[in-house]
Amino acid sequence: MSTPFFILAAVTLAGAWGAMTLRGLVHCALALAVAFAGIGALYLNLGAQFLGLAQLLVYVGAVAVLIVFVILLTRGGDADAPRLSAASFAPWPLAGLAVAAAVFAVLGWAIFHSSAMLSPTAAAPQNNIRQLGVALMDAYVLPLEAIGLMLTAALIGAVVVAMKEKP
Amino acid sequence: MQPSDQVFVLLKHWLVGQSPSMLQPAVSILLTIVPILLIFPVLFALTTVLERKGLGRIQNRYGPNRVGFFGILQPMADAVKSLTKEDIVPASADRAVHFLAPLVLLAVAFVPYAVLPIGRNMIAANLDAGVLFFFAIGAISELSVFMAGWSSRNKYSLLGALRAVAQMISYEVPLLLSSIGVIMAAGSLSTVEIVEKQAGFTGIFPHWYVLTPWGFVGFILFMIAATAETNRSPFDLPEGESEIIAGYYIEYSGFKFALFFLAEYLGMFAISGLGITLFLGGWLAPLPFLTWIPSWIWFFGKLLAIVVGFIWVRGTLPRLRMDQLMNFAWKFMLPMALVVVVAAGAWRFLPQGVTRWLISIAFLAGAYVLLARGVESRNKIAKRTYRFAE
Repeated sequence: MSTPFFILAAVTLAGAWGAMTLRGLVHCALALAVAFAGIGALYLNLGAQFLGLAQLLVYVGAVAVLIVFVILLTRGGDADAPRLSAASFAPWPLAGLAVAAAVFAVLGWAIFHSSAMLSPTAAAPQNNIRQLGVALMDAYVLPLEAIGLMLTAALIGAVVVAMKEKP
Repeated sequence: MQPSDQVFVLLKHWLVGQSPSMLQPAVSILLTIVPILLIFPVLFALTTVLERKGLGRIQNRYGPNRVGFFGILQPMADAVKSLTKEDIVPASADRAVHFLAPLVLLAVAFVPYAVLPIGRNMIAANLDAGVLFFFAIGAISELSVFMAGWSSRNKYSLLGALRAVAQMISYEVPLLLSSIGVIMAAGSLSTVEIVEKQAGFTGIFPHWYVLTPWGFVGFILFMIAATAETNRSPFDLPEGESEIIAGYYIEYSGFKFALFFLAEYLGMFAISGLGITLFLGGWLAPLPFLTWIPSWIWFFGKLLAIVVGFIWVRGTLPRLRMDQLMNFAWKFMLPMALVVVVAAGAWRFLPQGVTRWLISIAFLAGAYVLLARGVESRNKIAKRTYRFAE
């Protein structure tokens, strides 16, 4: 609970709040990118180097750009048109709050009953990237291959969807 | 090592020792960061003069030669001009994002310098995952390019930004894949360790990765991808002056334009620095009898050589069209980068000697010829036929 943690948490929450409440859609996407960057920085603060950098590389560098492209390609010029006003869907904020409270409760229960909390003195892993690599090649090679297959399928699917039809 | 090699490290330790003990961490951090913030913009200023003079000479004209001896004070004149120009923001532009885009781009351009080893024991942050950090921060710059293009509310600006982002994303893949070979050979993602693994000489040749077959091809792929990542000619369609009138920086004037320019050149230096660290042996000397020259002089010498290479290529090659650019990335460079990864793996496991050289070279050359023929077969250029009036 140190100063960097509070600053990063404030930045992440500000980004998430902005993603919910800003008017322009592209502004929301950019605020979401700030939230992703904040989460990446929080991972780095906790010492998970690979996870934090992968979060920055994948989420901010690819997913945020993807979201922005999708906004532009589907909405085009009126990406900044004002969205539906909250007054016309009155029960939505309450339903959202209820869902958020339920998710928070489940996450809190899961974290407090997990092994990390039960044994607070966990040794810090030294060379965690090397361990990650060894584990991927050793114990988790089947999930790795399955993920590779899934990514290949996604790539081929994207090319097929975007290909021009032969007249 | 010799004092001239470690002079900056010793100076920093002395200054930190002189300051009161409560301020020592802050002074240490400042003394690490401020030189980076000072040196690379000065290098940028020098590079602008070098580039304009160099391009001028390639194009058979003098470059700038009015301001100062041989135009050396031209950057000062440019700085004064850009500071005093009127800062025009289009009326319908998104003011917040328009203002933030050059700042984000500049911040993201400075951060990767933290993991470049500029000399022996001279690195700002010795991260375990240095190379991954570099690529992660580089990926963030695409978002700021998009911000610049979109916030200007200009069709051409948006088109230029989308093209630039597509180009940067496409060329990131060969960039990362060509550096995987180096990471495999060095066994670590830390830039300091990668440089240390390239130390040592066999006879007169250093153990740099560029002097292995896969390293040579990997270096060329890395440099081509680096040229495309920083939107440098011949890949500067998104910002070409005759194509789309400066693309995503159309609506930026004065100092913001200068900030974009600075960020682009800083990105170029950073990625060249990474290329030097991965392939050219970082701060190591090329020949065994030249190790008395300080390590930081070698780093900056190699950096200047690569910058001169960039300028030379800019003056020589014509610009690539967007579809040619994308085809080149996905159909040629990506398969070639995968072949480099396989060749690096084979190199690591084959026993030392002539066989491993022959096998690697044959594999890489064969892949190159097949890929080049495959890409070329799309443009079937037939013999020109003429139709005359009867």
